[in-house]
Amino acid sequence: MSSLRVLVGCKRVIDYAVKIRVNAAKTAVETNGVKHSMNPFDEIAVEEAVRLKEKLGKKVSEVVAVSCGTAKAQETLRTALAMGADRAIHVQVEDDAKLQPLGVAKLLKAIVEKEKIDLVVLGKQAIDDDSNQTGQMLAGLLNWPQATFASKVEIAEDNAITVSREVDGGIETIASKIPAIITTDLRLNEPRYASLPNIMKAKKKPLAKLTPGDLGVDVEPRLEVLEVSEPPKRSGGKKVESVDELVDKLKNEAAIL
Amino acid sequence: MFATRRLFVAPQFKPILNSSFRNAPALFTRGYASASDVSTLLLVEHKDNAVAPSTLSALSAAAKLGGNVTALVAGENPEEVANIVSKLENVSKVLVAKDKLYEHGLPETYAPLLAATQKSLGFTHLVAGHSAFGKNIFPRVAALLDVAQVSDITAVESADTFVRPIYAGNAIAKVKSNDAIKIITVRGTSFPAAGSQSEAAANEQAPDAEKPDTVQWIKEEISKSDRPDLSTASRVISGGRALKSSDNFKILYDLADKIDAAVGASRAAVDAGYADNSLQVGQTGKIVAPQLYIAVGISGAIQHLAGMKDSKVIVAINKDADAPIFQVADYGLVADLFTAVPELTEKLSK
Repeated sequence: MSSLRVLVGCKRVIDYAVKIRVNAAKTAVETNGVKHSMNPFDEIAVEEAVRLKEKLGKKVSEVVAVSCGTAKAQETLRTALAMGADRAIHVQVEDDAKLQPLGVAKLLKAIVEKEKIDLVVLGKQAIDDDSNQTGQMLAGLLNWPQATFASKVEIAEDNAITVSREVDGGIETIASKIPAIITTDLRLNEPRYASLPNIMKAKKKPLAKLTPGDLGVDVEPRLEVLEVSEPPKRSGGKKVESVDELVDKLKNEAAIL
Repeated sequence: MFATRRLFVAPQFKPILNSSFRNAPALFTRGYASASDVSTLLLVEHKDNAVAPSTLSALSAAAKLGGNVTALVAGENPEEVANIVSKLENVSKVLVAKDKLYEHGLPETYAPLLAATQKSLGFTHLVAGHSAFGKNIFPRVAALLDVAQVSDITAVESADTFVRPIYAGNAIAKVKSNDAIKIITVRGTSFPAAGSQSEAAANEQAPDAEKPDTVQWIKEEISKSDRPDLSTASRVISGGRALKSSDNFKILYDLADKIDAAVGASRAAVDAGYADNSLQVGQTGKIVAPQLYIAVGISGAIQHLAGMKDSKVIVAINKDADAPIFQVADYGLVADLFTAVPELTEKLSK
């Protein structure tokens, strides 16, 4: 039984509760002075990786957190370390906006090979670009099995892995062997809060810095964002006084019933 | 409008242009002549010998690209679905891949099949619905072909420029793909379902591809319901945390049955165990855009609005007059849902 090395990806994104604004030039969303945090699906990924280590004991030799982005991505990595990751790798780029899923997948592939990773846990999608691509792309590049939108993960002694996946009509269960890629859905677990002592300890955990050049990866964007605009506004806000009035409006004004 | 637009013809597509013209003279009569550089492969999702609604919408998006559309149907027994697909409008050819390993839509087998098909037939566009099936398979294909993917498009601007929502639909990005091959998943609610045509397109065997059996499909637990499918229903009633229990969801089911609506739920209701995961409407659940959306006991968080704010008419029933849902609702009723919903059901029965 060989020991497993788990890689977990975490992206720094605008906090999920922030009401975003499009910038004046209509080129992007305003990010300056806006609260950022770890992508919620990635928190679930970190939690799952840490739980695997807690559950499987010595079978998991280490949990490595990785984030690709500007220098600020290190804050996100410290959060992952405080949640229980053993060490972190920061792949630094000049501009987060230019980093696209294919580029990230290639960076992760290089890290998987360099660090001899056996299992990769990523969020199913980042709540900023809403792409839902990186995990699947990484699986394709590595030619590893993929278990996306996972709501339950079990790993047996012989490295057999059973995953329940959230699909359109319900739940699907698949089985595979490690090495594999897992992407997390909301229902997989409830991420823990980092305690103050763990936040302090996380400051002493190793955090390595790399560049795409160090990994020999070209991360030039393939997609060009021509314009970012506000969605059309709804003219909602009308209130009715009673169920009778609601029925009347639906039948006569909206003519929908 | 796309049928008459003149599209840029990249030099690398010229040979494809010529060959696709010879193979598909019918394109001229349909008026797609100017979009001749485009040649699209559509991945068909199907279950129980029926084509998924997401595929029918993806086909409409594919037709907007111009050029011809080749549909790929894979499965253990794909013949019946292939026949249905061959009669869908704008489908000029159907490729059929028959193998037991294609039965459950596993990306480990589908991605090599799509990549091999693209490589041997030289498509310019690969299109699928942005359903759990399409989302799972297409990025893996993109990686095998070393191209970026444009996910969840809501409009086609031209053969290389697409519109897609970002930040839970709070911003709209216009994106141009500079890759030679465009890989696209399509938001079902943004395109109409394709209809059928009288003449059947030819069926051919799909190119051979590697079929890894590294993943075993074990089982599925699909929630059965007599109500309309949530993603495509014209009326949807959703419940939130304020329903307080799964038993209380019954008042929504009663109303839904009365007006032939599908039932959805907010994340809070799903997390609390009141409703099944597959009923979640929102950024990370289903995206719906029905004629009528009734939000019951749902506050209207950003993530929920992402899944329903393109509905034609939105009704909110909530006892908190300050709930954000009222800002998007066409008709808001400030009331206790436990009295208002049964009253609504009763008054609609008359």
